[in-house]
Amino acid sequence: MNDRTSNRGATWLAALTNNADVLAGYPTSVRVVDAMLAGESARYIAVVPDPNNAYPRARSGEVGLIEGWMLARAVHEVVETDLNSAKRAIVAVIDVSSQAYGRREEAFGIHEGLAGAAGAYAQARQLGHAVIGLIVGKAMSGAFLAHGYQANRLIALNDGGVMIHAMGKEAAARVTLRSVEDLERLAAEVPPMAYDIASFATLGLLWKLVDVQSADHPSTSDVAAVRRVLEAALDNIRCDSVRDLRSRLGGENRHASSLVREKLRAQW
Amino acid sequence: METFEFRYPAGQPAARCVMVGVVGSGDLEVLLEPGPAGHTRIRVTTSVDGFGRIWQAQLDRLFESDASLRPAVEIEINDFGATPGVVGLRVAQAFEMLGSEVAGSPT
Amino acid sequence: MTACRTPSDLVERNSFVELEARARVRALLDAGSFRELIDPFQRVSSPWLPRQGVVAQSDDGVVIGKGKIDGQPAVVAAIEGAFQGGSLGEVGGAKIAGALELAADDNRHGVPTRAVILFETGGVRLQEANLGLAAIAEIHSAIVDLRRHQPVIGVIAGGVGCFGGMSIAAGLCSYLVVTREARLGLNGPQVIEQEAGIAEFDSRDRPFIWSFTGGEQRHRTGLVDAYVDDDTHQIRHTVIELLARGRPAFERSNQYKRYLGRLSTYDARVQATPEIVRQIYARGSGHE
Repeated sequence: MNDRTSNRGATWLAALTNNADVLAGYPTSVRVVDAMLAGESARYIAVVPDPNNAYPRARSGEVGLIEGWMLARAVHEVVETDLNSAKRAIVAVIDVSSQAYGRREEAFGIHEGLAGAAGAYAQARQLGHAVIGLIVGKAMSGAFLAHGYQANRLIALNDGGVMIHAMGKEAAARVTLRSVEDLERLAAEVPPMAYDIASFATLGLLWKLVDVQSADHPSTSDVAAVRRVLEAALDNIRCDSVRDLRSRLGGENRHASSLVREKLRAQW
Repeated sequence: METFEFRYPAGQPAARCVMVGVVGSGDLEVLLEPGPAGHTRIRVTTSVDGFGRIWQAQLDRLFESDASLRPAVEIEINDFGATPGVVGLRVAQAFEMLGSEVAGSPT
Repeated sequence: MTACRTPSDLVERNSFVELEARARVRALLDAGSFRELIDPFQRVSSPWLPRQGVVAQSDDGVVIGKGKIDGQPAVVAAIEGAFQGGSLGEVGGAKIAGALELAADDNRHGVPTRAVILFETGGVRLQEANLGLAAIAEIHSAIVDLRRHQPVIGVIAGGVGCFGGMSIAAGLCSYLVVTREARLGLNGPQVIEQEAGIAEFDSRDRPFIWSFTGGEQRHRTGLVDAYVDDDTHQIRHTVIELLARGRPAFERSNQYKRYLGRLSTYDARVQATPEIVRQIYARGSGHE
């Protein structure tokens, strides 16, 4: 483990599931744990670093080709098992710094693997499973689209290490031909470009922001607090009559997203 | 990014609206709508700063002659670095479409 | 307000790639059936670009056309690749997501509206970052919802290709149509080179790039469904034919068993080559 990698996904997965065993048959990088939530069976899933990943470009916790398809499998299994019984909740524990960038990945169609994951989560939600996204660290671009962004409700820790964005600062600076300082200056005036969680919260995409003492080494009360929020989210989802993502459309900085939908409907 | 406004004399209001172009590199979009009789108003938003006089010159060239023959329009131009030649082309395209239909023909 | 016209009406073209987004939408819909929703004159453009000194396009780079395809109700969403590299911002993303959502609603009320998405995009518009990303997540959700009712067709004609979060959207489509010029990949070549080094991916080596992510290779490896010429009539005909097939027995993105099975036969210690991918993904190795 080097300082590019983060342990938060594994840490929070273990804490929330009381260190329950991970399911066999999954790669080291995809941890799947069946444990309780609000007294019911639920599935918790995290993508974690594997320095020995067979794919050299997916060793620091990136969501790569295999990770994408394995996420799909972990979610589909819940859906298939529960077809004629109570629909279990699925908790995506999210700390993913990016998708994997590499020749193997593009060659074998990582876009399709991530579609497998995103599609599985979306289908599970649309079929009635409560899907909760818990952001404990980074939730970046394609990795987040695949793992967590299809959740009914998104929860984030209120912490400086929590970052949600379409591209890392340095890479974004290079691609837009600006300096990192310029980007940060812009981000201060353009909320959707900002990297901090407080600015992200103004977009109206999060259901709850949770204060914790330590995101890296959660205390017992931190874990209890997050667990309570997960339970509240489960309740909130179950009381909701719809299974889509419209609850994300209220933010002060997302007005145009609602306006467009109103106009489309009126002109349809 | 700069914005300019220009006004020119014109004839009767145009019969319809017309749109051409894209805000792509070296290109522009031109949105044309009927305006109040007697003048044409043009609003230009351009990604390239410092070319106010060139815009003035090019638009004068295009709009100052045959004023009463030209329909009165409100024009919005969104420009991403087009040359005066390309500007002329797109404006001409727009007016050609405006003029190519008889009033009352199906859309 | 009377409908607005564009130069495509005046000039008959065969190349689909050369058409602007609006003309592509018009070309796919049955003649005379095209009606644009939130057209440029409604001035719904980016709330975020002007404050950054970037000139906004009046339709935010996305055209939504309602009409009929082969006599059936349809909506076509086209991304204008010439504007900001086809990158998706808040408004453009909402136009696509909203159109797909309404199509699904139609189906729930007995109206068989189908959707076609014309991908010409680098993914998220970085100047709108998180709102672009959020919109793409909603597009993903809407495709998955709609495809329960009707096949969702994606077309990647070329020029810009289909990258980023929208490549995931393409991966969720029921059927994909590509040309030789088209590329479909998650990360743009420059970004891969930046992140992984030039030995891993040379962004200036065009034959190399197309050999992995170009339309022909994607077709030979079963990641797309139809490989066509850059010809408007052929593309429209192919879209009609795919819609007539109805929903696939097994959506490609649900085939995790098959893909994991195939990939388990690949030794990842060996760097990928186009030939290896064709071997690993040989057709006829079953669904699921």
